[in-house]
Amino acid sequence: MDTAFLSRIQFAFTVAFHYIYPPLSIGLGIVMVIMEAQYLRTGKEAYAQMTRFWIKIFALIFGIGVATGIVMEFEFGTNWAVYSRYVGDIFGSALAAEGIFAFALESGFLGILLFGWNRVSRRVHFFSTVMVALGSMFSAIWIVVANSWQQTPAGFRIEGKGLYARAVITDFWAMVFNPSSVERLSHVLLGSFLAGSFLVLSVNAYYLLRNRHVEIARKGFKIALVVATIGSLLQLFSGHKSADGVAHNQPAKLAAFEGHYEASAVADMYLLGWVDTKKQEVSGLKIPKGLSFLLYQDFNKPVTGLNAFKKEDQPKAVNFVFQTYHLMVAIGMTLIALTLLASFLWWKGNLFEQRWLLQIFAWSVLLPQLANQLGWYSAEVGRQPWVVYGLLRTSDALSQSLKASQVVFSLILFTLVYILLFGLFVYLLNKKIKHGPTDDYSGDYSDDIPDYSKRDNPILQ
Amino acid sequence: METIFGLDLPTWWFLVVGGVFTGYAILDGFDLGAGALHLFFKKEESRRIALNAIGPVWDGNEVWLVIGGGALFAGFPVVYATVFSAFYELFMLFLVLLIFRAISIEFRSKEPMAWWRQLWDVSYSVSSIMLALSLGLVLGNIIQGLPIDDQFIYRGTVGDFFNPFSILMAITTLSLFMMHGAIYLVMKTENRLYAKLTVLVKNTTIFFVLMFALSTVYTLLYLPHMVERFKEVPMMFFFPVLTILAVANITRQITKRKYRFAFFSSAFVTAMLMALVAVGLFPNIVLSTIDSQFHIDIYNGSSTNKSLKIMLTFAAIGVPLVGLYTGFVFWTFRGKVKLDETSY
Repeated sequence: MDTAFLSRIQFAFTVAFHYIYPPLSIGLGIVMVIMEAQYLRTGKEAYAQMTRFWIKIFALIFGIGVATGIVMEFEFGTNWAVYSRYVGDIFGSALAAEGIFAFALESGFLGILLFGWNRVSRRVHFFSTVMVALGSMFSAIWIVVANSWQQTPAGFRIEGKGLYARAVITDFWAMVFNPSSVERLSHVLLGSFLAGSFLVLSVNAYYLLRNRHVEIARKGFKIALVVATIGSLLQLFSGHKSADGVAHNQPAKLAAFEGHYEASAVADMYLLGWVDTKKQEVSGLKIPKGLSFLLYQDFNKPVTGLNAFKKEDQPKAVNFVFQTYHLMVAIGMTLIALTLLASFLWWKGNLFEQRWLLQIFAWSVLLPQLANQLGWYSAEVGRQPWVVYGLLRTSDALSQSLKASQVVFSLILFTLVYILLFGLFVYLLNKKIKHGPTDDYSGDYSDDIPDYSKRDNPILQ
Repeated sequence: METIFGLDLPTWWFLVVGGVFTGYAILDGFDLGAGALHLFFKKEESRRIALNAIGPVWDGNEVWLVIGGGALFAGFPVVYATVFSAFYELFMLFLVLLIFRAISIEFRSKEPMAWWRQLWDVSYSVSSIMLALSLGLVLGNIIQGLPIDDQFIYRGTVGDFFNPFSILMAITTLSLFMMHGAIYLVMKTENRLYAKLTVLVKNTTIFFVLMFALSTVYTLLYLPHMVERFKEVPMMFFFPVLTILAVANITRQITKRKYRFAFFSSAFVTAMLMALVAVGLFPNIVLSTIDSQFHIDIYNGSSTNKSLKIMLTFAAIGVPLVGLYTGFVFWTFRGKVKLDETSY
């Protein structure tokens, strides 16, 4: 395998693994803010307990998110040096803003969230929670702005040639509000709210099924259900806007989403299917002329297909992009159905009597996670062969000094470490969840040091 | 050329990047130092106190590295791309070590078994030591220069990084962080752990002074390019003189048991050492050992003035904010460590 392909695998693997965590912390952030606000408003201990509980889980998720996030920041330079020089002038200011405005805010106040319950007032603690939640969202803003610039570059000009070529910023706000950043940002944030709120739904459904922490679980479930319902409905609009934008800005990617090859023809929309890339055909369940209608509200309007582009400018893995995109959409629809049904039953007053539904919710945490991952796969693989759309090819972006053996070494290293990391994460998360938001049985070992050892031990430390 | 207070924009950004990395060295320096000393503490309670002394702040301290990396990428993309791809294996190991330190802190107190805690204690301490060593190793190689060609491509191998001066710098960095960390811990502890740490503070300070003297002599003898600037601009002798005075002040404050002042002095020494490196290199950042034509300096390695101006605006707004809430967090957790139900 060549160095470029190995580097792509490594970046895809490390960023996909990283992306398990930030959406959870962004989503949990907003849920925690609501929980703690309820505590301040009502003074009920149940809200304080659930806030404390989710802060601990937030910290675990955030810790792994930070550790795996720094990897990306390094990889731009280590593996993609040409890309880094090319985009530095533009990408850099977004990354710098992320670090200084968002990340520092989040991690600075997290210390107070975790360790400050007995040291600051309730109000200051709540303020810290809001800052942490805001910080996590600010991070998303700058990272998505940078990524969107790669999809739809704006506010720049190209200087220099060959290895010395680089994009130079001409208009900062045009760069920030490039044609795709607002719709992609809202899509990412909503996806994150769903990831976080479904984790809370899942854990509380688990408690309810086992009749544990019933008061806390019911209250927590309702808070998360509100976030999840609003989130999944808004995601429908945001998703539609995004697809519209892709059709307009990156027609080759949209054509890959639907496996639409003909250069300019009325296009069908598939609910599910399989792309035969050799025959350039899709077989599956379709709405005839559906894509034309969805994009232009006109069944007979032609849509640009893959063959309108030169062979070397077409995404190669069309079936992969097709499948990931369609699965994401299907999961999105499932989430809407689930949350609407649960909200309806809540309104009817018998939500918590439906054990079958709680069973589904207990497992549902995987759905938004999966949709977030799949959505990014189709967005990034659909952008190929470009790393910066229309300007810089992925194959040209690699570090010149890099050898395949070096990437093999680091890829193996990361695979091993991430397997360990993920195993520990799941183990600890499971343990915290089993332990629950109250200390109703002793699973907390922080006081396990016998008193006599504290002062009178004759042996020095 | 556009200037602010007489300095051009790349120079300002050089100061920003240098300032952020200095902040990282001072802040994460004591975390890494505390980690390096961790296995000197034998009792469970001592280890937990030592861990919780950095508990609420280490995460925030690590952020300075993230900001530093971002600032380098943003302002000096050519430097960032060249250096990061050159140090490929070292940086990959560095990342894995950072992950190990983080999970060791997070996970050690989650289970009561002695073997579990011992395992994570060892992993925490070893990764802290190796992180400190690798930071020094990278700095040592940057000071000496790298075999970079006209295409910004690194022409050496990973073995080249392990040369006498870089190894000396690696150990010096470790000794600095150990001293810094010991002084931080002594401020945070009481009773017997405190008594034990006063001894550790003395020993690590002797260790550092020794290494500092050795690396100074080595630089004066074998790295003339780092001394040239000081000869050209005699004013710059201010820095080494201040450094030596500050080192002397650490020992003085330690004998007087004024550990807070000792801590500020060791933080100041860290800053001065970074300043010495910066003065020695400026305006270059990456020296090419192949040909001085291929040096990457703050002009041929930087982003455009337009981009720098945007980022300097960010820094002007952001840095005071970060300072404000970093201060607030440190103030909230001031004083001696008391273990409670929220501790690690």
